Amino acid sequence: MNIHEYQAKEILRKYGVATLKGVMVESPDKAVEAAKSLGGTIHVVKAQIHAGGRGKGGGVKVAKSLDEVRDFTSKMLGMTLVTHQTGPQGKEVQKVYIEQGCNIKKEYYAAVLLDRVTGRVVVMASAEGGVNIEEVAEKTPEKLIKVQVDPCVGLQPFQARQLAFAIGMKDKVAGKTAKFLMSLYKAYIDKDCSIAEINPLVETAEGEVICLDAKMNFDSNAMFKHPDIMELRDLTEEDPAEVEASKFDLAFIKLDGNIGCLVNGAGLAMSTMDIISLHGGTPANFLDVGGGANKEKVTNAFKLILKDPNVKGIFVNIFGGIMKCDIIAEGVIAASKELGLKVPLVVRLEGTNVELGKKMLKESGLNIIPADDLTDGAKKIVAAVGPSKGTAPAAKGH
Amino acid sequence: MAIMIDRNTKVICQGFTGAQGTFHSEQAVAYGTKMVGGVTPGKGGTKHIGLPVYDTVAEAVERTGATASVIYVPPPFAADAIMEAVDAELDLVVCITEGIPVLDMVAVRRYMQGRKTRLVGPNCPGVITPGQCKIGIMPGHIHLPGRIGVLSRSGTLTYEAVGQLTRLGIGQSTCVGIGGDPVNGTNFIDVLEMYNRDKDTDAVIMIGEIGGTAEVDAADYIKREFKKPVTAFIAGSTAPVGKRMGHAGAIITGGKETAEAKFDALKSAGCSISKSPADLGTTLKASLR
Repeated sequence: MNIHEYQAKEILRKYGVATLKGVMVESPDKAVEAAKSLGGTIHVVKAQIHAGGRGKGGGVKVAKSLDEVRDFTSKMLGMTLVTHQTGPQGKEVQKVYIEQGCNIKKEYYAAVLLDRVTGRVVVMASAEGGVNIEEVAEKTPEKLIKVQVDPCVGLQPFQARQLAFAIGMKDKVAGKTAKFLMSLYKAYIDKDCSIAEINPLVETAEGEVICLDAKMNFDSNAMFKHPDIMELRDLTEEDPAEVEASKFDLAFIKLDGNIGCLVNGAGLAMSTMDIISLHGGTPANFLDVGGGANKEKVTNAFKLILKDPNVKGIFVNIFGGIMKCDIIAEGVIAASKELGLKVPLVVRLEGTNVELGKKMLKESGLNIIPADDLTDGAKKIVAAVGPSKGTAPAAKGH
Repeated sequence: MAIMIDRNTKVICQGFTGAQGTFHSEQAVAYGTKMVGGVTPGKGGTKHIGLPVYDTVAEAVERTGATASVIYVPPPFAADAIMEAVDAELDLVVCITEGIPVLDMVAVRRYMQGRKTRLVGPNCPGVITPGQCKIGIMPGHIHLPGRIGVLSRSGTLTYEAVGQLTRLGIGQSTCVGIGGDPVNGTNFIDVLEMYNRDKDTDAVIMIGEIGGTAEVDAADYIKREFKKPVTAFIAGSTAPVGKRMGHAGAIITGGKETAEAKFDALKSAGCSISKSPADLGTTLKASLR
């Protein structure tokens, strides 16, 4: 789960992480009011969307007067911001953060995240701040300094100092940096983050160490412990179909193809998308109905898929293990009747009670195209939908 | 003799009297697994589906001589359940539970250091040695005893591979689902090492997916030390970057985590690549010649 920069900074402040003062606003008038209350002559106007790279897309502007604060804010609100993380369709800006300016001496990078290989939390820092850190990690990995944390004792002050000195901090500034990292780590652990990233972390001309931008993502599996974080969820930042899916406990990701997919199991759901693509089609979604799917869940899944006007056909691919094929067949038949399904439907069933399931589909009188296996199903749905508009990646032979 | 489990493995179930624990324990008994009891704190001394219930894992182990446990405990309590099983010095713990907080698993991994227990999962279908012992939620009837190892991060995709093999008349030695979480107990290399030593495994199907670099590490290992043919597939060639595809661990955050990068690594390690998930069985069959 993601939150906005202004929300992340609110959390970090509570942990003693140094930030600049700022106010989130949703209108130019409020922006000017906020700038006045913050004082000073320089303010930064920052678009609040759930994506990085905002500066390059015109989502971060330095205002030298109140008129500029008003001007930048009114231009930013409602604009569609496109960054390398939003995709080409971009994201509409609905909130803007007005922040104090500061005298930047140098920009650094700091982050806390999980290292999957070791199963440990790592704290990272770099003297290369304010840039795309993935590039730093790839081209000059020696410039990205990491320490691994033992979960028994947590991040130790000596480790935080190691990082501070390794990125070239000196004297009192190094001490402040170490304290900053200790606070950041504590926030990460307390709130079950998946990443807490400060880019840039800045050293000011006055010798302060400040978080200039903050990104915090959270472990969805741990949100039952954190109702306060759940309240920060901004549904307007998420795809409406994906929000709807989460209500029905369906794992769903919208894609831009035209073949709807209904599958049980995450791995098989991804593979179903892959095999559609291998046979020249394009998947409209990832959908895992889960292990305990029933008639109601299947109906909800169908409704969700059909909300997408691009969908020209549906491929149901079920390997019934514990889930019985006749139960799925019942769900498919009920959903097709209830929704008056008009697009081609290919159903591939395998596993427990498969013969009964197939018989039910056949006798339903519905126009359901049965498939014998994965390949057969993929070929049939691609044929039924017709060639997509040349967007399908050609199958690469290995 | 297969790997990890066989007909003599004595198994207990944690979360025994819950809906999941009950259903899958009945299925396991019907398959022939030596289920010897279960644990539900507060229900010790009673019987459930004809088997004894204990309050603690330690007591269950002492009374039954169990060496393996399967966990169906809900996510908020699952890490505690794993550590209880590790403390009772079981050889094998299989955790089926999906949705355990990652930082809970970080603590579990640390707790397990220097202890004898092997953890498989969490968020996995389990382990099965066909015809002998089934620990987990996989449908027993699709399996056939034989000499192929099947190793995967996914549940139903594993069934898909097993189904293809069985239809070709090719049996399986032991099938292991290591689970779809970013921090788990057993990785690809751990299981490959066991298959390498196992006299009853001739070849392996390995199924990975996007997210993390475990498949790339496994490819390095295969290149260096693995002596048997490997057929490999990676799910998620069409998955978008930065989106979590169902499994907590199935998300691309960097270039090495894509299906393409993993296919390339496995191919250069000498694995037979099944570009389609429907060709796993036939690709493996061809690799045996």
